[in-house]
Amino acid sequence: MTIDQATVRKIASLARIAISDAEAAAMEGELNGILGWVEQLGEVDVTGVEPMTAVIPNTLRLRDDVIDADPLTGGNRRDDVLANAPAAMHGFFGVPKVIE
Amino acid sequence: MSDYRIKGETGEWEVVIGLEVHAQITTNAKLFSGAATAFGAEPNTQVSLVDAAMPGMLPVPNRECIRQAVRTGMAIEAQINKWSRFDRKNYFYADLPQGYQISQLYHPLVGEGAITVEADEKAGIPEPKVIGVERIHVEQDAGKLMHDQHPTMSYVDLNRSGVALMEIVSKPDMRSPAEAGAYVRKLRAILRYVGSCDGNMEEGSMRADVNVSVRKPGDEFGTRTETKNVNSVRFVMAVIEGEAKRQVELIESGGTVVQETRLYDPDRNETRSMRSKEDAHDYRYFPDPDLLPLELDDAFLAECRESLPELPDAKRDRYLALGISAYNADVLTAEVEAARWFDTLLEVGLATGAKPATAANWVTSELFGALNRMGRDLTDSPVSPEQAAELLGLVADGTISGTIAKQVFEKMLESGDGAAAIVERDGLKQTSDTGAIEAEIAKILTANADKVEQYKGGKEALFGFFVGQTMKAMQGKANPQVVNELLKKALS
Amino acid sequence: MTDLTNLTVAQIRDGHRAGDFSAVEVAEAFSANVAGAKALNAFIVETPEHALAAAKTADADRAAGTLKPLSGVPIGMKDLFCTDGVQTTAASHMLEGFVPRYESTVSQKLWDAGAGMLGKLNLDQFAMGSSNETSYFGNVISPWKRKDGGNASLAPGGSSGGSSTAIAARLCPAATGTDTGGSIRQPAAFTGISGIKPTYGRCSRWGIVAFASSLDQAGPMARDVRDCAIMLENMAGFDPKDATSLNMAVPNLEAALSSDLKGKTVGIPKEYRLEGIDPDIDAMWDAGIAMLKDAGAAVVEISLPHTKYALPAYYIIAPAEASSNLARYDGVRYGLRALPQGAGLQDMYAATRAEGFGAEVKRRIMIGTYVLSAGFYDAYYTQAQKVRTLIARDFERAFASCDVILAPTAPSAAFGLGEKMADPLSMYLNDVFAVPASLAGLPAMSVPAALNREGLPLGLQIIGKAFDEQGVLNAGLAIEERAGFTARAEKWW
Repeated sequence: MTIDQATVRKIASLARIAISDAEAAAMEGELNGILGWVEQLGEVDVTGVEPMTAVIPNTLRLRDDVIDADPLTGGNRRDDVLANAPAAMHGFFGVPKVIE
Repeated sequence: MSDYRIKGETGEWEVVIGLEVHAQITTNAKLFSGAATAFGAEPNTQVSLVDAAMPGMLPVPNRECIRQAVRTGMAIEAQINKWSRFDRKNYFYADLPQGYQISQLYHPLVGEGAITVEADEKAGIPEPKVIGVERIHVEQDAGKLMHDQHPTMSYVDLNRSGVALMEIVSKPDMRSPAEAGAYVRKLRAILRYVGSCDGNMEEGSMRADVNVSVRKPGDEFGTRTETKNVNSVRFVMAVIEGEAKRQVELIESGGTVVQETRLYDPDRNETRSMRSKEDAHDYRYFPDPDLLPLELDDAFLAECRESLPELPDAKRDRYLALGISAYNADVLTAEVEAARWFDTLLEVGLATGAKPATAANWVTSELFGALNRMGRDLTDSPVSPEQAAELLGLVADGTISGTIAKQVFEKMLESGDGAAAIVERDGLKQTSDTGAIEAEIAKILTANADKVEQYKGGKEALFGFFVGQTMKAMQGKANPQVVNELLKKALS
Repeated sequence: MTDLTNLTVAQIRDGHRAGDFSAVEVAEAFSANVAGAKALNAFIVETPEHALAAAKTADADRAAGTLKPLSGVPIGMKDLFCTDGVQTTAASHMLEGFVPRYESTVSQKLWDAGAGMLGKLNLDQFAMGSSNETSYFGNVISPWKRKDGGNASLAPGGSSGGSSTAIAARLCPAATGTDTGGSIRQPAAFTGISGIKPTYGRCSRWGIVAFASSLDQAGPMARDVRDCAIMLENMAGFDPKDATSLNMAVPNLEAALSSDLKGKTVGIPKEYRLEGIDPDIDAMWDAGIAMLKDAGAAVVEISLPHTKYALPAYYIIAPAEASSNLARYDGVRYGLRALPQGAGLQDMYAATRAEGFGAEVKRRIMIGTYVLSAGFYDAYYTQAQKVRTLIARDFERAFASCDVILAPTAPSAAFGLGEKMADPLSMYLNDVFAVPASLAGLPAMSVPAALNREGLPLGLQIIGKAFDEQGVLNAGLAIEERAGFTARAEKWW
């Protein structure tokens, strides 16, 4: 399976990365090189093998339903949340106008 | 079978409907963070570092969200999957801080179940219908965008971001707007009984994505469209009606329906394409590597099951067995508050001797009528079930007549006083004093000698006239049965 | 007076406790080295004031008799750990100027243990790289030079290249690293120091800028095995904020250190004998086997049959997770925003991400996006995760007949800067020995074992059973004691 420049562009668009023609051309070769190499995985017989779900045997812990139990994962910290925003406006994050 | 049909130029068309209902799970904190979920807070105040997807932040699931989704699944007798997983749905939008929504695609928490909607002749549902539920999964809600605050900017509020939702996916089993409406209402009732969602559609706690296609009866399914985020039962029905018509007209004029996402505009009552958002959607779902598989043990499941309340169907059956009419049983079980109120009334009311059927009639006519006039509902009813039981008890034991009961009820609403106290104070007790009644009867028969002649001549319908006159003379306080007996004796 | 910057963590701790020197003296000595080593470009931000404040507290604590495990020890913090009030960049333009209002769990634990921070260490951008050449803030230069008369700048390894260089050049006695596919072990090997990646889940990932969630694991880098043990004890531990965190007590690793390997069996994986590999690597490996035998261990050959597929599986899984983990860098809530004239929201995303991410990061996001996209998910991602199961199973079977596994850390010594940048694949291949343990979540460490013909350090890798960091450290200690590796880079900076 090889990918062409149109595919490169499609992936870049899905990943929201603007790319120039030159970059698309360069990436076509690089990606094909890498993808061609990883395709050797197809040789492995995986009959009856489950995909890995947890690398170390461990079960998913669940949290109690308590508000702001730990300030690090709780709310009421708008200043901290907005502190690094490129455009914080009136308590909101500002983004270019979206037309829905 | 629904006989709902769209009449096109080429004949009759059947509409096929599936619904994906997003229901906000009632919890204090969000699905993966400790931020609060309450509606209407100042923008971005209920946002944790996790919800804002700051670098290095990680999700830890809230047990209550899982518990409520499992209980909901049990309430519709669905398969509960003891092993499930969270997946990431990847896409870019300003209301989605992580760049992905944590959801469940491959292994949902709840599998197949079903919801039965009751027969409703008037709505074209001649008999109860079972609507299949494909699955229920748990996922994060997105934030909110505001477009009208600034000329060139949109504002992002992440308070909703990360709030837990259940997505309840039906099978394409509905065939009319009425069935879809009944399904949403029934689902809403179940969620509210279970306590897993408040069902508040105005505040966005419940929204439906409406999948509609049309076909000639007996044909294969047609291509469907999906109208997103419809937030009332009325709108769901309007979308189906409008969309089915649009599709029929489109097909009959030579066009084809494209599988697409549409948006409903309630002001214009029409849907329009959101093709702009369709731009090569490829969500790249994969298991969220920040979370391990969710494994539920038997103790957890047992607690979920044991904590389930009596559900609408079971309650309705119980009411029917108590001799309550089907209509009243439907009305009383539709809303969990009404059902709870009525159950309390049954408990205390039965002790006073009031019959369940009588109590049901009184609630659905007298009480609901009064609440309607006052613009209130049961949650802020001025009359408690205990007070109502007292009133109904007075009727049941013959202390007052039904007519007087109406007066007493009005006075209860005005004053907040108890029924017995009002009856005592205003001297409204029903009398069986035969002497007093016979005296009034004698006067009435004398004053209406002509009618007595006619009655005796065979015009028996006049009996009611004499009863009415007697009751009136007794100011409604006479025991109707005693009046009947004495009148019959006097007229014979 | 001895040069305080030549002391190990244990020596600083013990000397400070004994009153041989003050913590302020130690902090100032290291800060001076940091300030004088700009040519190495190991730090993105220097924080002498942080180190000094911790030192003053340590000195006061000593007077008060309330010393903590790392009182008086200044360390370097890889700039992938979010630090409250101190810029955190992941070496990316995307996060230039980002100042978190929170502290990562691991760094918080270190501060709670009394350590101070000398600065934020350079790394490969978003920890993606094996040579520290993908940093937006410039290459880190290894303090080592080849003994070939040339003056070529060498790679310090990656992604924790700032950490490895800073320790090797005596800019700090220890540092944090993170390891996704060898990012602690390979730089340690390249610079003649030690480093351990613990079992997946030992160290909390909370507050560490994510690369590939199912692989990322923090760990210490230091001059010797004892220091690694001390550091790890103070970094590891259960964290309820990380759903993959192990809810297990942290063992007293330093106290249980023992280089006596009697009764232990060491496995030698035959698939790690690569054809055409640098003979110095094989020689070092054989020497390592002899050292462990000398320490009392039995040695057996083992087979890890899917080794060959580890690297391709890794280069599907890690980019796939990264493509999703890095979606949050969109110019909305923090970091860079590129907003071309008249751009809409989606244009802003594309421009921001084009400008903010470096070439290697973009490459991996692209690969990850592709392998997860419709129609390819099963062929690539699901297949890779199945192969990962087989790789983990290989280890499980091997550990039925041995306690630890010994192998080289990397297939070569440090290469020159720029030598592998033209060909991404050749760079990826440098992690061939490191990646299998990452895929299986196993503890693994690198200890310096020898110098090659060019006078560059080589590292041996010890891979242990899940949760058996102690066994790994003990085998590492046995090698350390026998290898007698004392070489250090001559100061040229």
